[in-house]
Amino acid sequence: MKAVTAIDQLAESYDLVVVGAGPAGLSAAARAAELGVGVLLVDENPAPGGQIYRAVTTTPVSDRDVLGADYWRGAEIVARFERSQASYAGSCTLWSIGPDAAVPEGGGFEIGLSLDGRARLIGARQLILATGAQERPFPIPGWTLPGVMTAGAAQIALKSAAIVPAGRTVIAGCGPLLYLLAGQLAAAGAEIVAVLDTTPRSNWLKAAAALPDFLRSPYLAKGLKLMAKARRSLRFVGGVTGLAAEGADKLATVQVERGGSVETIACDTLLLHQGVIPSVNLSNAAGCTHDFDTVQHCWVPRLDDWLSSSEPGIAIAGDGAGIGGAESAALRGEVAALGAAHRLGRLDASERDRAAAPLRAELARALRGRRFLDLLYKPAPQFLAPRRDETIICRCEEVTAGQVRDTAVRLGVTGPNQMKAFLRCGMGPCQGRLCGPTVVELIAEANGTTPAEVGYYRLRPPVKPITLAELAALPQSEAAVKAVVR
Amino acid sequence: MFRSMRDAKAGARLSFTFDGRPLTGREGDTVTASLLANGVTACRETPVSGVPRAPYCLMGVCFDCLIVIDGIGNRQGCLVPLREGMRIETQHGRRQPEEMRG
Repeated sequence: MKAVTAIDQLAESYDLVVVGAGPAGLSAAARAAELGVGVLLVDENPAPGGQIYRAVTTTPVSDRDVLGADYWRGAEIVARFERSQASYAGSCTLWSIGPDAAVPEGGGFEIGLSLDGRARLIGARQLILATGAQERPFPIPGWTLPGVMTAGAAQIALKSAAIVPAGRTVIAGCGPLLYLLAGQLAAAGAEIVAVLDTTPRSNWLKAAAALPDFLRSPYLAKGLKLMAKARRSLRFVGGVTGLAAEGADKLATVQVERGGSVETIACDTLLLHQGVIPSVNLSNAAGCTHDFDTVQHCWVPRLDDWLSSSEPGIAIAGDGAGIGGAESAALRGEVAALGAAHRLGRLDASERDRAAAPLRAELARALRGRRFLDLLYKPAPQFLAPRRDETIICRCEEVTAGQVRDTAVRLGVTGPNQMKAFLRCGMGPCQGRLCGPTVVELIAEANGTTPAEVGYYRLRPPVKPITLAELAALPQSEAAVKAVVR
Repeated sequence: MFRSMRDAKAGARLSFTFDGRPLTGREGDTVTASLLANGVTACRETPVSGVPRAPYCLMGVCFDCLIVIDGIGNRQGCLVPLREGMRIETQHGRRQPEEMRG
């Protein structure tokens, strides 16, 4: 691995640029580099690993049991990447993907990167986006109060800084991560006063059809162990139908509804989680087509067998291609790398197919049982489209569920881009990452239609903020100057 | 609020200030992690209603950890590694024209 620590150390162009240093990006970059492809891996975090293997090479957590064996497996993925000839730019943000004006369409890209306050435009013949997942927004009244965080945030704090919530901590929501985090935080010494499960009881019936596959899946043993451990040692409350965080300037209590009964729990930290969804901001801004996946209940990019998107030259691997977990992410990264190497002329079709066959078999095994989890942990409707009007759904612009519902009905707004024009939801710094899914859900509900029909925000670069100074300091091509000079 | 777990590997300590208050953090931590470890609950006041806000996702997605670092606002504290001598300040609402001129 060749470390790039300053923006001027980057080459003018690379055969392949991989975005994101989680299991998918690391595996894609390593595999492609092993095949002789000139690779640059860029990642906005200071160290490789992504979120699942966050800080695996640098974590200050010394007791290996706290994070578990699955976490430490990430060290091998990082080590393989480090042995490769790929270049690696950490703390480097990719903010735009555009066509390379110098080559025919589909022949390459011009990408905008920023590192340590300086920006550059460089070339990439092929791209693999491995930007992973984000937690699904969990809009409840009071979720903007200091003291309320995502469960993933607490896990990141634990992995990267060995810090745990101080004081009374409540974990709420649904999905496998909830149990994993509860176990990890408890092992790290946090005081978890309750785990509130919002999994709708009716989901068990819907998921039952997918049970046979799950029973043969690698998830089963792991999942049962996690659940048993969490349930044995922690207060576990099932059947939660409503949540609200309350407090003046910071969280003081969480109000828990279960059917008709209401309980108030005093706490210092509330950790929310209802599953993860692909991060689509970059692929959306790059023009890739996305479809609404009704089982995973989220937007996923439309991909072929080589994980190539609708935009020639852009492939998408890892959880950004649809949620599959860490093991499948690494495998998808390798498949995408083989596809890119073939398009770059490094592998002929038969070599590519031969190399992919064992990966595909592994992938099928790794994904077996996923459908059961997707069906079981699909969030309840009231946590996707909040019932209480005062619930903030756009955290940046402080737009409420009531405003979105009212605007959808009264003004006949049918899509999120129109809603943005009326209410500014999605126009703050997060660029819709935390409100997009909820806005779509609320519009669909108000108009009696589906998220698939409502569509999603049309996103545009820059997908991450850069300063005007960085933009202004970019070298201008002759064509760019001519475009604005009269 | 957060605290260090037992048996965490000690790292080199870095000095920084938060709203003028001298604090220390572990080398290798991000700005946001260092503030959380020091018991700081809010890092900014929102531009719309002015209420206090704290980091939410710690993975670069939510932009709730926006903060002023060495005089430059709107930095994502969860992505910026802490450096010796950093001057970190609460971000108050939206920027005012007089701040721009300075």
